[in-house]
Amino acid sequence: MYNFNYQTASSADDAAAKVSASDEGKLLAGGMTLLPTMKQRLAMPSDLVDLSKAGLSGISVAGNVVSIGAMTTHDTVANSKEVASAIPALAKLASGIGDPAVRNRGTIGGSIANNDPAADYPAAVLGLGATIVTNKRSIAGDDFFTGMFDTALEDGEVITRVDFQVPETASYIKFPNPASRYAIVGVFVAKTAGGVRVAVTGASPCVFRASEMEAALTANFSAGALENSSVSANGLNADIHASAEYRAHLVGVMAKRAVAACS
Amino acid sequence: MPSVSMTINGKKVLGEVEARTLLVDFIREDQRLTGTHVGCDTSQCGACVIHINGEAVKSCTMLAVQANGAEITTIEGLANGDELHPMQEAFRDNHGLQCGFCTPGMIMSAVALAKRNSAPSEKEVRHYLEGNLCRCTGYHNIVKSVIAGARAMS
Repeated sequence: MYNFNYQTASSADDAAAKVSASDEGKLLAGGMTLLPTMKQRLAMPSDLVDLSKAGLSGISVAGNVVSIGAMTTHDTVANSKEVASAIPALAKLASGIGDPAVRNRGTIGGSIANNDPAADYPAAVLGLGATIVTNKRSIAGDDFFTGMFDTALEDGEVITRVDFQVPETASYIKFPNPASRYAIVGVFVAKTAGGVRVAVTGASPCVFRASEMEAALTANFSAGALENSSVSANGLNADIHASAEYRAHLVGVMAKRAVAACS
Repeated sequence: MPSVSMTINGKKVLGEVEARTLLVDFIREDQRLTGTHVGCDTSQCGACVIHINGEAVKSCTMLAVQANGAEITTIEGLANGDELHPMQEAFRDNHGLQCGFCTPGMIMSAVALAKRNSAPSEKEVRHYLEGNLCRCTGYHNIVKSVIAGARAMS
């Protein structure tokens, strides 16, 4: 990889200041995407600002809200008794990301800031209508994911935590790529205080809500209610693993399985 | 150049590295501990798995500077002198390797699993080894080895 200046941040604000002061600095969270990208020389940041000592990891539950610090690893979320009892679907989702070594380093903040089209966490953030808290403001999950590898984060803005409202019920089912474990298609279904939400990852360039399915499930929350709803293949991802038509079909299958798994 | 200090297999080591130096390169090239392997360039194969503060991580997907102050165990740190670690012994007894290239990573992952779960099922072992690729064995004897090794460790 190309060389760079390595800096550590003592807080989110310190990280924001250091990234802003650098030429083309990047934040380093778990590094599970950024470092492989740099190994391939597909990225050439002038500086990496390491967030591991910025005090951003940890899980807390207050009332109906589960707060997960941006630097909390997937493994910590997967094995958290608090998360498992409040939002079991979220713990299960974390337990299926990548592989154990990736889960020991990869973080929720890094995952959603990267917004990979096939990442798991964006589906949970959108499906549960979570709130992303940064060093500057709070951003609604519905407004956060703006396009492929693109988010509402501004330059020098650092995610500090994600707040999830505990839903009535929720489930996430994915059809994983057998090599990378990324979602070829993943569907997060939740029955929340604000209504039924269905978030789809892996299928298109950016995570999205399947509104037709949400309407069908609002009328009747059962797998059978999805028999007649479909997602158009238009604009969906197509690659050697799955065509757009196959992905569209998988959205329906994963959604039905996710609804069936909600209890 | 940034300087780093860490403990590898119980021994305190110091070094000066470029920021871009991968931890696996520091371990192999600077420390001459070549038991940790590099089998790919894409962070997928798991041959480089080591333990950092007791947790399995891919040392090819971490910078040496990120390991500053860490406690590291590599495959060389498992055996007690001439006496193999129970997981190493189990791989030998169950023919859990052929060419052996993936074995250091397999064993480091297996030991991490066994510390969490002393009696893993076949399904749990296969799930835990998803980040370790083997091109020889077809995995069957590796899974047998891990189950036997976990039992021997407990």
